[in-house]
Amino acid sequence: MKAKFYIFIFSALLLVTSCSLDNFDEPNAMFSGNIVYNGEAIPVARNQVRFQLWQPGYALTAPIDVAIAQDGSYSSRLFTGEYKLSFVPGQGPFRTPTDTIFFELTGDKAMDIEVTPYHMIRNSQFSYTAGSVNASCAVEQIITGADAKTVERVTLIINRTLFVDANSGGEGSLAQVDAADLSDLDNINMSVEIPSDPKKPDQNYIFARIGVKIAGIEDMIYTQVQKIEF
Amino acid sequence: MKKYIFTILLALFLALGCSKNDEEFLDRPPSSILTQEQIFTDPSAVLSVLGDLYNRYEDFGRLDDWASLADFNIAYWSEAGRYPAFQNDGWGFGSWGIWNYGYIREINLFLERCEEATELEASLKTRFLAEARFLRASYYFEMVKRMGGVPLILESETYDFSGDASYLQHPRETEAAIYDFVISEAEAIKDILPTDADSKSRATKGAALAMETRAALYAASIAKYGATTPQVSLPGNEVGIPASMAEGYYTKALTAAQAIISGSAGAYALYNSKPNLSENFEALFYDKANNPEAIFVEDYKVGGGKTHYFTGWNQPRFGAEEEEGGRINPSLQFVQSFELLDGTYAPLANEVGGNPVYYDNIGDIFQGRDARLAGTVILPGTTFKSKPVDIWAGIVLADGSIVSGDSRGQEKTLPGGTEQVQVVGFDGPIDGLEFTAQSGFYIRKYQDPNTGSGRRGTQSDVWFIRYRFGEVLLNAAEAAFELGQPDVAAGYLNQVRARAGITTPLTGGDVDFDRIAHERYVELAFEGLHFFDLKRWRLAHIVLDGNPISEAEVTQNIGEATKRETQPYSIWPYKYHNPGDPNDGKYLYKILRLSRITGADRFQFGNYYSEIGQDLINNNPKLVRNPNQ
Repeated sequence: MKAKFYIFIFSALLLVTSCSLDNFDEPNAMFSGNIVYNGEAIPVARNQVRFQLWQPGYALTAPIDVAIAQDGSYSSRLFTGEYKLSFVPGQGPFRTPTDTIFFELTGDKAMDIEVTPYHMIRNSQFSYTAGSVNASCAVEQIITGADAKTVERVTLIINRTLFVDANSGGEGSLAQVDAADLSDLDNINMSVEIPSDPKKPDQNYIFARIGVKIAGIEDMIYTQVQKIEF
Repeated sequence: MKKYIFTILLALFLALGCSKNDEEFLDRPPSSILTQEQIFTDPSAVLSVLGDLYNRYEDFGRLDDWASLADFNIAYWSEAGRYPAFQNDGWGFGSWGIWNYGYIREINLFLERCEEATELEASLKTRFLAEARFLRASYYFEMVKRMGGVPLILESETYDFSGDASYLQHPRETEAAIYDFVISEAEAIKDILPTDADSKSRATKGAALAMETRAALYAASIAKYGATTPQVSLPGNEVGIPASMAEGYYTKALTAAQAIISGSAGAYALYNSKPNLSENFEALFYDKANNPEAIFVEDYKVGGGKTHYFTGWNQPRFGAEEEEGGRINPSLQFVQSFELLDGTYAPLANEVGGNPVYYDNIGDIFQGRDARLAGTVILPGTTFKSKPVDIWAGIVLADGSIVSGDSRGQEKTLPGGTEQVQVVGFDGPIDGLEFTAQSGFYIRKYQDPNTGSGRRGTQSDVWFIRYRFGEVLLNAAEAAFELGQPDVAAGYLNQVRARAGITTPLTGGDVDFDRIAHERYVELAFEGLHFFDLKRWRLAHIVLDGNPISEAEVTQNIGEATKRETQPYSIWPYKYHNPGDPNDGKYLYKILRLSRITGADRFQFGNYYSEIGQDLINNNPKLVRNPNQ
């Protein structure tokens, strides 16, 4: 009887201690920040734009993908160590830093990554009238000269939830409309009717944002998501 | 004492059981394994090995995987488990990737062992070798289409167990180098392979030339149109071909195609055996007896152990031989893109000025179009296996309201009536009910008209045509057009169009890029080729741009290569019920988007070339990642 008891105690102790012996430490450093231009976060489509972190010094190198959230922020929980940060060519509605960014991570670290967008959306305004969402904005060209790119379309997107973008199908966009007139980029107006769906409960608010598609660039640049109550 | 007897007997048995012949006794030839020597002395055994290699030929679209032939919103998939394909927003970067170097190695081993064989007759041996080279080039062609440039391994390699495998790690070749390899292999083997238009399932001169013209054309268009998407390229040209090489490739494509057209590879021609042009186009794909059009096929045989179930999956649900069918439902956009017989584009006339058009017969709206339409698609009011299909969505009443059902062939009492009448067809369409013709159509191409083809126990042995004369003509037309010979291109296009019953021939001035793209779209639909056309013209990210298609837009811009293809639309026939009205009993049509289609496909730059998996890069760090991934 007594021997059995000791075996029980021993195995219980083994069970609770062994995990710490043969397991790795969990990643404990939080790496977070924003993708910014002149200190202003650049909103993009959710999970569409990403950069890669590489940890040099290991035999097999695989990138750690970090997706940028729709408000332009990012975060990734990582192991302590040295990292280099690089953008995949062609990612994002902006010109990325050409140099690889090296940094060392020991604890939590916040870092804003400065990029240069091709265009920025300024003075965006949203309003609600009679079942429609109206929006206006100006598009400011940031990169000029040889690398300048033209605006392909300006889109107003609305959705019932906080997640709003033009690329996630029905998940991100309830309805969207392209601006009809792009001749004056300082004054762009759009209006989209909120479609009624009897299968979904009524709600007295809607989320909207404006996206700009730049010719030759896959990812769109957006405004921050705006909640419109009515 | 008695118990010792057994012990002694056992000891004696063990002692005497051994004999000096033991070694011979145990040394038996295995009865389940053939040695290399046995194989490579017997031509029929070599052919079996080669047959295995043929069997592993990689196709993008396959009859035993129906969805692979109907992707990219050319059709709706009427199977409940497949609806999510229309609710997501695109494809993962790893989609369509292949990397089967095990297959390459086995072909290389075959080549080496066959080369060493001494007992084989010389003519047979050279043919076997040429066939294996054809298969190897075919697989490299398939890889370069999907992955870009890949390591080119032309001999079997062996690991020496030294602990260092780096000598087995090969970097990627340029995309152009792989295309060059495919073209040069085709050139090298075309005169060794037999010139025999009746040999369809083994490599022939025709097959080699058909592969060459397709490969050269793909390479040429990547060189030319790749310039529009500089994002889809790599600095080392593992992806992307310099624009300066376009003309050379187009010339090669045209030369190889003309070698087939001129008859130097055998008596290939367009299939023209039936007076009814739609039936003729349909029979092109199932007639195996006398078919001058097929150049290289994957053959099947009922009762021979190799069959496929394409007809079972796609047969009209009403009167089907199993309780299923109807999966591929060609889209409205595809159906309306077939020209009128005079060679002009027109949407299906379901409304004029906002008022519905009433048709006496259900199929009248499709009359007077390109004969390939009825040969490719089962339209409402037509038959399959001599049984009429029953595709109509409901009854429209005088006030415009619709009476319909939610099960096939449901009956209801109409307002003002006393008896129950059928209110929806036995083939649907019913939104969300799988196996009904939810777009209003079923597929006809590759369906087998033989009894039993739709039965699980019998299945179908219609062959899958990998290369056919019609495609060679269109390849020649495209190459000629790009080389600035529009009159030559018009001549080739007109051959294909005349077979489709189009009465107005094209002149050189009519030929433009959209014409070429359109002709390939309608002629080669559901053959696994459209996807690569979109990729090599760098149009995939434009037609699949992730934006939903509005109802106003769907009937616009027919025949334009850049027309959006993000969602399939439907057009449903209804019966008009209004006793006393002259239109009573006639049919009208409504365009709609099915409720299950909530996503719009978006093709990203990173989708142009499939992702090379991290496991492969771990094993071989010399592999460069594809762009945008």
